[in-house]
Amino acid sequence: MALVSLRNVSKVYPPASKGAPSVTAIDSVSLDVEAGDIYGIIGYSGAGKSTLVRLVNALEHSTSGEIIVDGQDIAVLSERELRKVRLGIGMIFQQFNLLGSRTVARNVAYPLEVAGHPKEQRTARVAELLDFVGLADKAGSFPDQLSGGQKQRVGIARALATQPSILLADEATSALDPETTHEVLALLKRVNVEFGVTIIVITHEMDVIQTIATKVAVMDQGRVIERGPVFDVFSNPQAAASARFVSTVVKGVPSAAELAVLRERHTGRIVTLAFRDSAVDQTAVFGELSRAGVAFEVVYGGINEIQGRPFGHLTLALSGVDPVIDQVLAHIRTLTTVTEVR
Amino acid sequence: MDALIDLLPELWTATYETLYIVAMTLFFGGLGGLLVGLGLYLTRAGSILENKPLFFVLNLLVNFIRPIPFIIFLAAAQPLARAVTGSGIGNNAIIFTIALAASFAMARIVEQNLLTVTPGVIDAARSVGAGPIRIIFTVLLPEALGPLILGYTFIFVALVDMSAVAGYVGGGGLGNFALLYGYRQFNPIVTWAAVLLIIVLVQFVQFFGNYLARKALRR
Ligand SMILES: Nc1ncnc2c1ncn2[C@@H]1O[C@H](COP(=O)(O)OP(=O)(O)OP(=O)(O)O)[C@@H](O)[C@H]1O
Ligand SMILES: [Mg+2]
Repeated sequence: MALVSLRNVSKVYPPASKGAPSVTAIDSVSLDVEAGDIYGIIGYSGAGKSTLVRLVNALEHSTSGEIIVDGQDIAVLSERELRKVRLGIGMIFQQFNLLGSRTVARNVAYPLEVAGHPKEQRTARVAELLDFVGLADKAGSFPDQLSGGQKQRVGIARALATQPSILLADEATSALDPETTHEVLALLKRVNVEFGVTIIVITHEMDVIQTIATKVAVMDQGRVIERGPVFDVFSNPQAAASARFVSTVVKGVPSAAELAVLRERHTGRIVTLAFRDSAVDQTAVFGELSRAGVAFEVVYGGINEIQGRPFGHLTLALSGVDPVIDQVLAHIRTLTTVTEVR
Repeated sequence: MDALIDLLPELWTATYETLYIVAMTLFFGGLGGLLVGLGLYLTRAGSILENKPLFFVLNLLVNFIRPIPFIIFLAAAQPLARAVTGSGIGNNAIIFTIALAASFAMARIVEQNLLTVTPGVIDAARSVGAGPIRIIFTVLLPEALGPLILGYTFIFVALVDMSAVAGYVGGGGLGNFALLYGYRQFNPIVTWAAVLLIIVLVQFVQFFGNYLARKALRR
């Protein structure tokens, strides 16, 4: 049984004004998030990512469908019962949403106050959490005295205060610079590994998915158009939107325009080789070329490490006589996929 | 000048009465304004206790009462003041009427200050399981405290203004003093003395309000 399971969930917002159409933010989505996953949800602005994640802790109520969290259908719970469920689900936000009137320590203590923990317990837990996120020295600071990265660390500490089993991250790094983004993502990874917290990460940056997610769902216009293990979606995206997201981080096959530019400089034959996983032995492929005496130049592509597995495409410009090239390509085809581009 | 010296005891009594009226109306009107303002904020579309009919009624009431010039409101609300305080004239009646008018004026200010609280922090509180009452006391009011203090400082000046007409319905205070002993006796010095006291009072409160607001905002 998945930890979070959505079955045909829809969310329709009523029309903003009379005569305007209603907005279907989520359109019969089914999704299973297993315990221990870092589940990435990616999509363009307005795809419904925030709405989807807000359904999981019932900040929004679904119009139809089942939302099962830890074996319980939360769609049928009362507001009072939902408050208990929310104690087991942490959430972090793009704009951090810290309480400006409270110190860092009292922000982190807030969920513990809500949960009714006694004072001494709160103090000890807050110290432990601030230590974990590396902000022990900022306990007495106010949020407006912190940098964005520090604020998000406080947000993470607050979200973890009541030891939730699920953490929802809505664009948690979108307001941060690339370096700080990676620090925060590394922290989230530790939360997942050290505490076994299942994380649902919303983002519009494929880089975030590549860095920490184990599974990914691609959303478009309220629907999940593709899902699967991150490696599979990266190495073989099915939907056009998925392919566009993948191409933002993976330099794959040259487009027609790029090819035209390549053609101007390379008059010989051009081939694209796929390197998918360790199943393809690069040494063997290049060994074949040099043994046959075919000179080559890498003109396009790259190899990425996804989930610890190498993946990418390399486009080579070959120089040599045709029969020899044909022969060597026949050998290489036994090792990997070869696409000749003309 | 001699007249003023002779009138000093009356001046102190009048000052005391103004302070009394303003303090009482600040308390009751402030409380009323806080409740109505919270009501407006909480029941508006998309808020945590969304309630369209209630919002509509509150909003209409505030829009209806707020623009009425106070001196007219005072006359119009006299029967109500009589019913509640037992008398249509005197300090209690004027306190009731000012507090009522101030509630609606303050309600808008409270509502607007609460709207400056980013909706995200309310989401954050909800996401850890906080209910509406807790959100009001631990998120909304503390987060909006600085601007709220400035709003109350602002309403204080309006209260002093409104209390000046207390004399019309048999109330006392500096306004009544200025009219009775200054204006009607053709003694501008007496009027100016009352004006000076009001200015000092307002300045002092404004300064104090700014100070508290700065502390709340930590700036
Ligand atoms: N409270 C609301 N009332 C009406 N429509 C809404 C509301 N919240 C979201 N929507 C609509 O639902 C759709 C999905 O919005 P959502 O915020 O979930 O998108 P998103 O994928 O998170 O986008 P972004 O990347 O910009 O945050 C949008 O068309 C949006 O206009
Ligand atoms: Mg969003």
